Amino acid sequence: MSDTAKREVAVASAQKLGLFDADIHPVPKSGTEIRSYLAPDWHGHFDHYREFQRKPFANANSYPRAVRALSRRDSWPPGGGLPGSDLEFMREQHLDPYNIECGVLQVLDPVGNKLRHPGFAAAMCSAINDWQALAWAEPEPRLKGSIIVPQEDTRAAIREIERLGRSPLFRQIMISPRSEEPLGRPRYWPIYEAAEALGISVTLHVGGENGFPVTPAGHPSFFFEQRESHVPAAEAVLTSLILEGVIERFPRLRVITVEAGGIGWVPALSWRLDHCWERMGGEIPQVRKPPSSYLRSNFWFSSQPIDEPEKPEHLREVFDWVGWDRILFATDYPHWDFDDPKYAVKFAMTPAEQQMFFRDNARTAFGLQ
Amino acid sequence: MARFVVAKVGEIPRGEQKVVRVKGREILLLNVDDEYAALLNRCPHEGAKLLCGARVGLLESDEPGRFSYTRQGEFLRCPWHGWEFEIRTGQSWCDPKDTRIKNYDVKIEPGESLAKGPYVAESFPVHVEDSYIVIYL
Repeated sequence: MSDTAKREVAVASAQKLGLFDADIHPVPKSGTEIRSYLAPDWHGHFDHYREFQRKPFANANSYPRAVRALSRRDSWPPGGGLPGSDLEFMREQHLDPYNIECGVLQVLDPVGNKLRHPGFAAAMCSAINDWQALAWAEPEPRLKGSIIVPQEDTRAAIREIERLGRSPLFRQIMISPRSEEPLGRPRYWPIYEAAEALGISVTLHVGGENGFPVTPAGHPSFFFEQRESHVPAAEAVLTSLILEGVIERFPRLRVITVEAGGIGWVPALSWRLDHCWERMGGEIPQVRKPPSSYLRSNFWFSSQPIDEPEKPEHLREVFDWVGWDRILFATDYPHWDFDDPKYAVKFAMTPAEQQMFFRDNARTAFGLQ
Repeated sequence: MARFVVAKVGEIPRGEQKVVRVKGREILLLNVDDEYAALLNRCPHEGAKLLCGARVGLLESDEPGRFSYTRQGEFLRCPWHGWEFEIRTGQSWCDPKDTRIKNYDVKIEPGESLAKGPYVAESFPVHVEDSYIVIYL
């Protein structure tokens, strides 16, 4: 049987089982839908001031995007509205045909966690979370919400986690990796402590702005350049979490990177960290084990946008190096760089590998088993 | 090679396209300046349906700040990752050797010649006075 034929057979069986999609982007039907979920005290602020983040433009991205609304051209709902705003169309185009057993909502827009105004940030996070629950996760049990938190204001973040962390409608806390300090610093530890205590995961979806350049070498010129900077950004966050001793302190914490430039960077990071730790471990006595062992026990990595080496079998080696139990399938629906479960991975997997990659790893990472 | 009558000339306006089904295949029939092309409705990269693709031209640049945009409407851009294909050949502009959309021979034939057969056009009425788009498969 050819590789393609094997892949199709294996995918067919995986689709019978149902897929787990770690990255689906819902957006509100209109600019004001979120207002109806916002505490009335903040309506005046919402109407007159709206969103101000640590970035140059109030209502635009800092970089041009690849396509309109960052979305697949075929994902605009026939009934109007932005891609990702129509639950019925999402079912019809995405959840049903791909047999998605569970999809995790990753909310990038509207923004709550990155607003400069601390009170408004907390209020918007609550509104966005209530919207996820009532407009998405409650009517569609296949979808799970993400608890958006005002991450720079730890006490407010904890209040939000306490409010929703036991709800079956939410499976994780969503943190922007573009934080104001490296995410391993003690100011963020209460968030990890709460996540561990509640048994819910922390996801780090790329994006957001923190006022600092996205690369260590300054502000990039192009969208293309900014997009590729997700990899060093993710490396910096994971390095901080491990070296600051976060995993040592919260050993049951589950951390998931989402859309951090595929997975090809993960093996190199773990080799380099181990190399330094063997020689310079004395600088960081809080790190008791080789850094790669934390990467293999507490971290998961979503696949999209999947790495596309010229020879597809090289991607199998990357899977081997990262660890087959560490990689979670994600589509990024409805965004333009969507990965299709049938064709994204261009080497043949065994049925057992398929089950891990398309479903079981995510069940473990999101604490559903 | 069988002939399949798939559309009447004039029913697909310039710059537009429609999907037709032939022998279980979804084929995209495209009108480029009143010439027709037939491509499999499936991107060779990750399988997106090309019906929703954008018609684009050829953007070339020798240096920053200088560009030319020519051959408008002769390329189809995949709705997902933006792979661009020359409609006439189905070839990818970036990777013409390895990445191409399966394409089919298309001809315009007068109803008069089709009426004689043989052709396959289940439930497709053919009138001698009209012209038809025929796919060879």
